[in-house]
Amino acid sequence: MSFYGVELSSRLLLGTARYPSPKILAEAIEASQAEVVTVSLRREAAAERGGQSFWSFIRGLGGRVLPNTAGCHTVAEAVTTAHMARELFDTPWIKLEVIRDDETLQPDVFGLVEAARVLSEEGFEVFPYTTEDLGVADRLVEAGCRVLVPWGAPIGSARGLNNLYGLRALRAHFPEIPLVVDAGLGVPSHAAAAMELGYDAVLLNTAVAEAGDPVAMARAFALAIEAGRTAFAARPLEPRDMAAPSTPVLGRAALGN
Amino acid sequence: MRIFINGEQHDVAPRTLAQALEELGYGGKKIATALNGRFVAAAARPATALADGDRLEVVAPMQGG
Repeated sequence: MSFYGVELSSRLLLGTARYPSPKILAEAIEASQAEVVTVSLRREAAAERGGQSFWSFIRGLGGRVLPNTAGCHTVAEAVTTAHMARELFDTPWIKLEVIRDDETLQPDVFGLVEAARVLSEEGFEVFPYTTEDLGVADRLVEAGCRVLVPWGAPIGSARGLNNLYGLRALRAHFPEIPLVVDAGLGVPSHAAAAMELGYDAVLLNTAVAEAGDPVAMARAFALAIEAGRTAFAARPLEPRDMAAPSTPVLGRAALGN
Repeated sequence: MRIFINGEQHDVAPRTLAQALEELGYGGKKIATALNGRFVAAAARPATALADGDRLEVVAPMQGG
């Protein structure tokens, strides 16, 4: 699997927020085997040291970072944030979020497409956080996106894949574009389901960070993602309405009267 | 000169963004800046003049999902 020409062996991308401690975050990243972690940026006063120590921590991990534009509500905010992120983290990758609704954190897909176009033209490699809408996905690809990041469910909701049909249709319409389900997953079976649909990867944060044991949960997700991907490659059965006996009927002993 | 840094009012004497960041104690820190909503690259800070009422945002890396 590759994103913008970068080959990756792990299909799990992990967020770095909301862990009980930096130590547990580091252990969770290791247990997840993630090669890409998501990061963000926030205001920092001159006397504060939080950003600097987090920066040292991230450098120490040695993996790739995918900065986000979380919290941005307009194209201008998202574009400026992307520029700041590119300089801070020294990467053209940006997980582009342009949020419209504060209750569901549903993307403003109109602003998203516009920001994706501006950033792609400026050389960014955009990972757009979007819905499963096919028309929007098509516009994002037209705008220059070579990865799509549809939601499973609202961020942090732990609901799993809200629109299985929509996600399946998206996969079918964009067989060549890497697709990453981001947001709304709660348990490893949700991630396995996404992988069984043929999705290329899963991006997680809260489901791991706020689990009772984040390190064990990171490992559980990694196993589920590997299982789901292996199952997809093995071509699963199609569901059917009636039973189909698994034991052959031919040659069965006649034991009735 | 009065400018707003991360939403808070500050009185600063310097004329350029680079000088202001140094005076405020940001020297050597891993930060990125935006002036009045527009990104200002680190390399452009010495040549970026500040004006009264400017809104400066100074951000640093942090955890994210």
